[in-house]
Amino acid sequence: MNKPTSILFIITGLLALLLGIFFGAISALQFILPGFFEVLPFFKSRPLHVSLVVAWIFSAAVGGIYYYLPNHCNLPLYSKQLPRIHFALFILTGLLIIISYMLGKFGGREYWEFPPVLAIPIIMGWVLFGFNYFKTVMKKKEPWPVYLWMWATGVFFFLFTFSESYLWLLPYFRNNVIRELTVQWKSYGALVGSWNMLVYGTAIFVMEKLSNDKTVALSRLSFLMYFLGLTNLMFGWAHHIYIVPSAPWIRHFAYFISMTELLILGKLIWNFSHTIKQAKDTYGNIASRFMAAADVWIFINLILALLISIPAINIYTHGTHITVAHAMGSTIGINTMILLSSCFYIIEQTNKATGSGPNNKLIGWGFWIVNSCLLVFFISLVAAGIIKGYYTVENELSFQEIMQKTAPALTVFVATGLGIFAGMLLIVLSALRKLFR
Amino acid sequence: MSLLHKRLFFWSLFIAFGIYTVVVFTDDAGDDMGAEYFTQEAANGKLLYQKYNCTACHQLYGLGGYMGPDLTNVMSANGRGEFIVRAFLKSGTQKMPNFNLTDDEINDLVAYLSYVDKSGISPVRDFSINADGTVEVFSNGAKE
Repeated sequence: MNKPTSILFIITGLLALLLGIFFGAISALQFILPGFFEVLPFFKSRPLHVSLVVAWIFSAAVGGIYYYLPNHCNLPLYSKQLPRIHFALFILTGLLIIISYMLGKFGGREYWEFPPVLAIPIIMGWVLFGFNYFKTVMKKKEPWPVYLWMWATGVFFFLFTFSESYLWLLPYFRNNVIRELTVQWKSYGALVGSWNMLVYGTAIFVMEKLSNDKTVALSRLSFLMYFLGLTNLMFGWAHHIYIVPSAPWIRHFAYFISMTELLILGKLIWNFSHTIKQAKDTYGNIASRFMAAADVWIFINLILALLISIPAINIYTHGTHITVAHAMGSTIGINTMILLSSCFYIIEQTNKATGSGPNNKLIGWGFWIVNSCLLVFFISLVAAGIIKGYYTVENELSFQEIMQKTAPALTVFVATGLGIFAGMLLIVLSALRKLFR
Repeated sequence: MSLLHKRLFFWSLFIAFGIYTVVVFTDDAGDDMGAEYFTQEAANGKLLYQKYNCTACHQLYGLGGYMGPDLTNVMSANGRGEFIVRAFLKSGTQKMPNFNLTDDEINDLVAYLSYVDKSGISPVRDFSINADGTVEVFSNGAKE
């Protein structure tokens, strides 16, 4: 197979997405059927699910950037060799992480449960990517559109926050549980912000191409939104640790910063009618359709994010399934929809020469199955979270009693999770067929 | 927005972030919370907590998985305590696998959970809500 490295990253990402959702389905079934699939118990299936979905997000975003810079931004890569080394490192590390999870070899913390030594090749890969990216974009003489700023920010802050998340290796951080949790979630919050920069930068890039309007990515409003996002990336993470007895000013400051996202919500509402009209006009285009879905999910998730950033609400929702609803709604509804839009945009571009597009009918089915299942999935998690939060804080029921009360909502969550997997199969297999040709 | 303005915004934020990061890193809020319980055994227990990926199923301060209960105060909670914790660690449960832990490993994990128990309270139930949406917690400090 002689494919450009950018396409190899995207193919790998799509495969990781399918596997990630497959392990997610196993994890979910283990929630309601104890003992299900015993060869891969929950403490192994959950990290496999999380790591593979994170791999999908990074792989598709990075593959897109490697593709867009030379093909659409008129910026030939500084080095064509470095992406190949980056890809080799990515595959090798990914396989080692999967093997370590399968064998039950852990050692890290939540989300990076693999043995810490495997963080080294991950950092090396990102250094190569960052070096190549900056050397490439620095050649641009004209003002940078906002997506180049966002990608640059995403690359830099991934390296910073990923390294920061390993400070627990030092006894100063590890030996004080309050400091350790505070720094852990400071890094994780900003790390999610860093991948959002990569993904939202991709969204603006694809929208620019789809609408053929180059002014948006250079506009004052786009840059104000970028700086607002950057501020939240840096300072808006502490809603994760409102109940950890860290210094109060950390929580109050984060509360204030989080509320600045009301400006983004206001902008979405302001643009709502325009967004609906655009979605109707471009419904036939697959990339546009996924982007329109992402817009709807941004609206839904932003409202939830704002609510759970209010300490008075957070004290009930923290540690409940509402946090999972927020995480799943963001990774599937926003990140995955945007990245699928980017993948299909690339597929459309690469297939222009042959004149054959992807199978729209199958993808259309998959699109509606995924989005309708995701909506019910999201609502069931919110319902389970409300039940858990209320009975934990107000009624002080035991964990087992609360789990019994959440069981109906979690059964719906599992059923719709399987629906998401089925719908995603239709979408991803159609995409892979085109990419493998 | 001119390039100068963009750079000015970016570097102002970046410098503020650098200062903020140093302040967060050096904050001593947790220094007095159960520090006397942080023994060598507890330090080993912390690493074992990661080695066996306990966080996949359990939470500390509401952070972690949802399969099992929050373990922040498992050592002092009603109906729990050291005896129950040791029994679960020794044999597992219907949902929790038996990890075949050695006695030393069980001692280390118990020491770590005892330290965490003294560092604060989770979930928080004793609080009042202020008009601005902030929360005043009455008993989330270190336990006596």
